[in-house]
Amino acid sequence: MSNDLHYKTLTELQALLSGGELSSVDLTQALITRKEAVDPQVRAFNSLNKEGALAQAEASDKRRAAGESLGQLDGIPVGLKDVISVKDRPLTCSSKMLENFVSPYDSTVSQKLKDAGAVLFGRLNMDEFAMGSSTENSAFNTTFNPWDLERVAGGSSGGSAAAVSAGSVPVSLGSDTGGSIRQPASFCGVVGMKPTYGRVSRFGLVAYASSLDQIGPFGRSIEDIATVLQIISGHDPKDSTSIEEEVPNYPGALESQKGPWKLGVPKEYFGEGLDSEVKASIQKAIDWYSDQGCEIHEISMPNMDLAVAVYYIIATAEASSNLARFDGVRYTHRSKDVENAIDLYFKSRAEGFGEEVKRRIILGTYVLSSGYYDAYYLRAQKVRTLIRQDFMKAYETVDALLTPTSPFVSFKAGEKNEDPLQMYLSDIYTISANLAGIPGISLPCGQNSQGLPVGLQILGKPFGESGLLAIANGYEQAHDHSNQHPTL
Amino acid sequence: MEYEVVIGLEVHVQVRTKSKIFTSVGVGFGQDPNTLTDPVVLGFPGALPVINKEAVEKSIKVGMLLGSTIPEVTKWDRKNYFYPDSPKNYQISQFDQPICEGGKIEIELTGPSRNVMGEHMLIELTRAHLEEDVGKLNHFDSDSLVDYNRAGTPLLEIVTEPVLHTPDEAFAYLNALRNLMIYGDISDCDMEKGQMRCDANISIRPEGQEELGVKVEIKNMNSISGVKNGLAYEIQRQTQTVKAGGAIHQETRGWDAAKSVTYHMRFKEESHDYRYYPDPDLMPVRIDDAWRSRVEATIPERPFERQRRYYEEYNLPFTITSVLIPDPELCDFFEKAAKGCPKPQQAANWLVNNLLGELGNAGMSLSESKISPAHLAELVSLIEEGAISKNIAKEQVFGTMFETGEMPAAIVEAKGLKQSNDTGELEGFCQDVIDANPGPVAEIQGGNEKAINFLKGQVMKASRGKANPALVDKMLKELIDKKA
Repeated sequence: MSNDLHYKTLTELQALLSGGELSSVDLTQALITRKEAVDPQVRAFNSLNKEGALAQAEASDKRRAAGESLGQLDGIPVGLKDVISVKDRPLTCSSKMLENFVSPYDSTVSQKLKDAGAVLFGRLNMDEFAMGSSTENSAFNTTFNPWDLERVAGGSSGGSAAAVSAGSVPVSLGSDTGGSIRQPASFCGVVGMKPTYGRVSRFGLVAYASSLDQIGPFGRSIEDIATVLQIISGHDPKDSTSIEEEVPNYPGALESQKGPWKLGVPKEYFGEGLDSEVKASIQKAIDWYSDQGCEIHEISMPNMDLAVAVYYIIATAEASSNLARFDGVRYTHRSKDVENAIDLYFKSRAEGFGEEVKRRIILGTYVLSSGYYDAYYLRAQKVRTLIRQDFMKAYETVDALLTPTSPFVSFKAGEKNEDPLQMYLSDIYTISANLAGIPGISLPCGQNSQGLPVGLQILGKPFGESGLLAIANGYEQAHDHSNQHPTL
Repeated sequence: MEYEVVIGLEVHVQVRTKSKIFTSVGVGFGQDPNTLTDPVVLGFPGALPVINKEAVEKSIKVGMLLGSTIPEVTKWDRKNYFYPDSPKNYQISQFDQPICEGGKIEIELTGPSRNVMGEHMLIELTRAHLEEDVGKLNHFDSDSLVDYNRAGTPLLEIVTEPVLHTPDEAFAYLNALRNLMIYGDISDCDMEKGQMRCDANISIRPEGQEELGVKVEIKNMNSISGVKNGLAYEIQRQTQTVKAGGAIHQETRGWDAAKSVTYHMRFKEESHDYRYYPDPDLMPVRIDDAWRSRVEATIPERPFERQRRYYEEYNLPFTITSVLIPDPELCDFFEKAAKGCPKPQQAANWLVNNLLGELGNAGMSLSESKISPAHLAELVSLIEEGAISKNIAKEQVFGTMFETGEMPAAIVEAKGLKQSNDTGELEGFCQDVIDANPGPVAEIQGGNEKAINFLKGQVMKASRGKANPALVDKMLKELIDKKA
């Protein structure tokens, strides 16, 4: 097959597969070839099990030949962030700690993808344990931005965004704790969605901050996102925080849910620190919606300025205990030459974790400590409630909010990683959605003067993914941004 | 100066459930190491806990048995500390919203003798919370191995107020708690299998002083008697230390049962800041009225309620109830026998004094017994009706019944043991005996009433045991009176 396969959407590829014009084996082989051509520069992948992928593709082709296709994802390669467990496959979290760990079980999303016939295509790079905004915190490689190989892919799901952007895979899964899907999607010029907290099972997702983490899809079109979301959504008895809420027909909603919409523009998202070219792109998108007859409401989110602080208390507190299990005793990196059990803990953790992970464990341990708990953790939880109330109040008048995904476009590798605070600010517009548990999507809305993608973030109501997708789809259909690809 | 002892107990009870507290893996004891595990039990990356409804329900039941307040909402918290027996390095436990708040346990102190019931008192509880058990470390010469089979077993920690004052009270408390857990089908509380474990906090203070003394925690007391002995030792140690002018340090001490001493383990300063916070992986659980009513309906009679009822209803003495009450199976057996029986007290006597002894000799359990409650009821009826004497029942019926499981009436019939109530024949035997024994007759006439027993024995012998002893007694007296 020809090379032009690699920028086709999932929907287009599925049409070729079901029309008999393409086999899953040929598609998978073409993407392996593509990955081998571009990934030495992009470095989106931690590993790729070619034989396994081709075997799954072959099984898909057999099903199809027997008239037993499993649907929209059957035979489609899907990349997974290296934080989502797949039975008998490595699960490194881009950490030395789990460099040699092979998971003995499937996450619920992996099982759902397998049941839908998807070809699980490789493990995608990330910031170590999903902590970071540039994938520079990976213990193995920095993932580079396919649009400019000197720049970062964003993070923490940088590999998942870059692999889609580079044409190595049509869709992928990432996880979003404070913007880790939306921000890299924005940097890499692809679509990325964080569903409502509880929409997608977290069983088998290595926890960073359990009350904020949510798995979501990356793709090159809203329709592809809807297709993948359909498969991975739903209540899971194995995840107590997944919610028993009916899963609507997401692809169907793209057509059935029509505007005009009432859209909110929170003024706090357009203040100091927002790059002027990004601001201009977002303004153009807002104007487009206005031109379509949507009501645009300027609104206020008065607690927004507290979001980053609250996030770094809650997320690190949860992380400090979630990462306690990586201790050198069972399945992790184990330090050689230890004197006793305490020494084993200290040395294994000192060697196994990177700087940013250690920073967050220490911060989280501190905020939970006796005497500080009330001042930090408890207070942060109260502010979290206020932030959620800000959103719920806004949704009394509007259907969704339009904001930039990130205050700036992709930055150069090494530019911000000496200053954690600067790095933390790249998630300033995305973090609130995790604190509030609401769904959000980032979709391409043009490029800046240097040709770097800008992302438009749309934030929706809890379990309002259908509306969110429909709002985004309207914009995407009227523009050509999602069809722009980097030259590699 | 005299010192007052203050003791508080923290008891861990394994709640018997089909599966572990946060996953579907089964629970057990004695299996090959690390076979009762899965990604959740082992704390593998990405694994998530889901609360076991049965564990919550049994905990609610415990709360009801203890008269605790069951809150509308209960939740789980993470207790953070590093130890290799804890797969996640945090234990899922309950911090500020435990499933049971307050409550009381009735206890019975040891009486002045085995036959006399001791004083009853109520011990006030602080709380009971539900958590996961940890694994077990096995230490070898140069290394240690961990078995996570026990990890994730539902564990209720039941905490008393500091209201106990003697090792005997602690002993009585643990027995009462164990009986309650057995009655509630919560746990067998076998301390050897780790189903019940007890830590004690103990301090002494000069009598009359309000303020509590410095608290010492004692661990590793692996039996109910161990707790009693450990506390007794510790009271002596603390009292002697203080009397000698020394100070008690806040510390954790272990009980060495072999040496019968407590030994220093660690000081309070080395203790952990557990950094409790709500577990974000688990939702709070709401316990609504409907659920409460369903559990309420399963609450059995409590052990001491039963003890009182047995006294009031059947006039059972303490010597009998002290055997029956701790064993609900035995109680059920008794109550079934009592139902079809004119004298339930006699059935209880047969059960406790005869059946249990025979079973013990044969090394059998009650469930293996061929004698059923119906056997005992029928046996007592036969005696009460005067069909057989107690002696015949004991000597000739019980053993056969125990061995063959035949009903007592059938045994009496087959062996021809039915007691004779034929006055004509009996009068003949009695007259013969009186005539043949003028000496004893004279003694009776002289006022030695006990001498009649010899004559009675002769009559019983002549009747080959079938004569009704009461009738014989009456007839002999009448005939001797006549003679005079």
